[in-house]
Amino acid sequence: MRFAPHTDEDVARMLETIGARAVDELFEVIPERFRLSELPAIAPGLSEAEVLRDLAARASKNRSVEDLVCFLGAGSYDHHVPSVVWPILSRGEFATSYTPYQPELSQGVLQALFEYQTMICELTGLDISNAGLYDGASGLAEGVNMAIGATGRTKVVIAGALDMRYTGVLRTQGTGLHVEVARTLWTGEGTADLDAIAAAAADAAAVVVQHPNFFGCLEDVAAIAEVAHAAGARLIVHFDLTAAGILEPPGALGADIVVSEGQPFGNHLNFGGPYAGVLACRGDDVRRLPGRLAGETVDRNGKRAFVLTLQAREQHIRREKATSNICTNQTLNTLAVAMTLSWLGPQGLRELGERCLAKAHYARERLLEIPGTEPVFDAPFFKEFVVRLPAGARAVVARCAADGYLAGLAIDPGRAGFDNGLLVAVTEKRTREEIDGLADVIARACKEVA
Amino acid sequence: MLAPETPVIFERSRPARRASSMPLLDVPAATDAIPASMRRVRQPVLPEIAEPDLVRHYTRLSQRNYGIDLGFYPLGSCSMKYNPKLAEDAAALAGFRRLHPLQDESQIQGMLELLVELERALCELTGMAAVTFQPAAGAHGELVGLLLMRAWHEANGDQRRRVIIPDSAHGTNPASVRLGGYEVTEVPSGPDGLVDIDALERLIGPDVAGLMITNPNTLGLFERNIERIAGLIHGVGGLLYYDGANLNAIVGRCRPGDMGFDIVHMNLHKTFATPHGGGGPGAGPVAVAERLAPFLPSPRPTLDQGTGSYRWDHGDERSIGRVHGFHGNVGILVRAYAYIRALGAEGLRDVSSLAVLNANYLAARLKDTFDLAYPASPPMHEFVLTARKQKARGARAMDVAKRLIDHDVHPPTVYFPLVVEEAMMVEPTETEAIETLDAFVDAMLAVDREIDTDLHVLHTAPHTAPISRPDEARAARDLRARWHPPEIHAGELAGPDAKPSI
Repeated sequence: MRFAPHTDEDVARMLETIGARAVDELFEVIPERFRLSELPAIAPGLSEAEVLRDLAARASKNRSVEDLVCFLGAGSYDHHVPSVVWPILSRGEFATSYTPYQPELSQGVLQALFEYQTMICELTGLDISNAGLYDGASGLAEGVNMAIGATGRTKVVIAGALDMRYTGVLRTQGTGLHVEVARTLWTGEGTADLDAIAAAAADAAAVVVQHPNFFGCLEDVAAIAEVAHAAGARLIVHFDLTAAGILEPPGALGADIVVSEGQPFGNHLNFGGPYAGVLACRGDDVRRLPGRLAGETVDRNGKRAFVLTLQAREQHIRREKATSNICTNQTLNTLAVAMTLSWLGPQGLRELGERCLAKAHYARERLLEIPGTEPVFDAPFFKEFVVRLPAGARAVVARCAADGYLAGLAIDPGRAGFDNGLLVAVTEKRTREEIDGLADVIARACKEVA
Repeated sequence: MLAPETPVIFERSRPARRASSMPLLDVPAATDAIPASMRRVRQPVLPEIAEPDLVRHYTRLSQRNYGIDLGFYPLGSCSMKYNPKLAEDAAALAGFRRLHPLQDESQIQGMLELLVELERALCELTGMAAVTFQPAAGAHGELVGLLLMRAWHEANGDQRRRVIIPDSAHGTNPASVRLGGYEVTEVPSGPDGLVDIDALERLIGPDVAGLMITNPNTLGLFERNIERIAGLIHGVGGLLYYDGANLNAIVGRCRPGDMGFDIVHMNLHKTFATPHGGGGPGAGPVAVAERLAPFLPSPRPTLDQGTGSYRWDHGDERSIGRVHGFHGNVGILVRAYAYIRALGAEGLRDVSSLAVLNANYLAARLKDTFDLAYPASPPMHEFVLTARKQKARGARAMDVAKRLIDHDVHPPTVYFPLVVEEAMMVEPTETEAIETLDAFVDAMLAVDREIDTDLHVLHTAPHTAPISRPDEARAARDLRARWHPPEIHAGELAGPDAKPSI
């Protein structure tokens, strides 16, 4: 099929105006030896019905959380996506618009971003939020670049259990700027080791902590902030915003930069993307902020208007001196975060946090009733936790999938320092019945596997 | 007509209103599980609004926004073409949209198969050997390309310092070069708008890691000396990077790999028609020549020839590592795949044919009124006008652009590329009909005539948009980047340093 409207007659008329005999003539500027004489080896085009049938056949070869009960998290969570979000964001005015560089024609997106920024400031306890980045990992990498710019140092100290994917992205993307990534281990409680951080942070640009951390444990952000600041380093907190209704915001505890993965608010699992990168900072760091920022002003007639502001930070103005290279971000996903937070409201956000908390604690209790299953960490946790199974976690997870459950993430013993670890995530969507079912299938699987 | 002003959502709030509903709390509450010191004290200020008003708020906002679905969007360098709705249906299939990125390979065979087939199609269209899907957007792809360059040179025990880019390059190029740890060397464009080969010869040396270029370049002109350029860069051991921003002009007609490029990024939200979403999400996969494939980020989807199943290939120690939290913007990859399947080989070739036809038609119709910046070089899929003559008569490119809004068209890109005075860059794309192009020409000519009859109406344009020209200087000087409840003054929350002026 095709989407171009040209008839043969249109093409003939246009060629006549141009003064060319054939469309091929317009490509004669390409040296002949590079011009393809044959069509690319791509299958012939299909009708809409055929494309969708083909895609549906591929999709049906996957087992999604539509037919598996999802206790798998580790950075991507099966929260409820409100029905209002995508029908509205799929409107062509939002979905088919470009970056809002022409404010007169982009007031809708600009105002929605301004509202988003306000919500993120409220949830993080910081003064300034940008208008979004790619995802939680890129948000963290950008936060580190801000800290490097602010301190003139290039070392980053990882406090305790940070998602290894985030560490991986920091290492890879930091090679150009010679960023040194120093890991510190976690204590027996599962939380960051303050002495180890203090020892490593002397010449660090930033201390990075995930809160709750990769194992689900709550970190003592205020204490880590003190250690980081004593060393002259910035504190970057990768914060789970679904806990923001019940946990004190990191900004109020001393964090200088808060980053987050916006996926849990209105963004589908999407096999890992597109998600939404969140970044907020203190007012005095605004000149180092990466990416776009929406601001309020007035138009010629004194009417309220919204624009992209402080653009002199950005690549299209500042080129190699820009605070980041980011251009296209993930605005539509960022707006999904804003719509979902508006749907939740303060009451809904608190209830969301309380439900995740309660259901995760119930699940942990139930799993610990399985003979041979042990707790790994004792620190307070939010919606994710680790248990140690009496059998190989990978085999148990595979067995549970056959019973219709994504039981969690089998933790790599080489990285974690303990074996048979299972990381379980429980969102507000999981029911008591599903949690009881999980305990049953894990118990059965442990017996079969062992 | 775009809709009138709508209050900021917080201004619609009424205490105790809400839109959300929560699943039953069917287990004991765990309120005490959080230490008091970590408990949130002050609840965040979030909108308190019922669902009907929430829907109306965002619908009203959408009506204050312009998209391709409303009309012509000839933003140069942005390839704002029609985004097929079938791709949205494809991406919304539960088997893709509700797939967790850490599921076992046995549960995601259809997903991996699609990615492997998409890789094959993108390699075929670019003439490259292997792809990473992790980069989330074009600029992210650029950074990955530069890190690949770095890894390649380091593997050869080679320390290099500089990356060359044309002076007409998009701003992301120099910004990415710096993040990749290299210095930027700019090569000037000649009077024909193409890379000045003599200047390039003077700039190259053994410390050059590579050259980044779009082809056609950011002026919409094909770099016909590309073989010579590739020879010069490869001659000093450098790598050639293809910025795929303008791939729409050549898809199905010629391939970066055949021209000597080693690394290619593609903007799927341009050439492969995935919607731009008001600034994203896009996807910026990077394709490389065979010799660079081992350095690509890992893991990559692959077909295991032994088992006949699809799996993740984690590569070896040569991989630069991970650049995305998971596997890239897969929702966008599914859309691009659906687009490729719909168009097929012939349809993809029509894309470049008709995009170039449309641009040449517009250029032919406009060139007597607005000067072409490079009249001697035939344009490809886009062209740059200069409003020099209009400026002499009192109207700048920005005035022309803003007045076009009153004619129901989105303005072209203005003041870019930086090397052209009063630049207006027009990219019609292939999905526009001749009537739309003619209406745009009529609007451009009408605005030009107005310079002599009613200059004031240009200077004060637009007149029919939701707002007139905003005070951008004030926005930066008196920074208001969040909403504040009326009783609290902005300065009290944000502190004295929150009002920079840069």
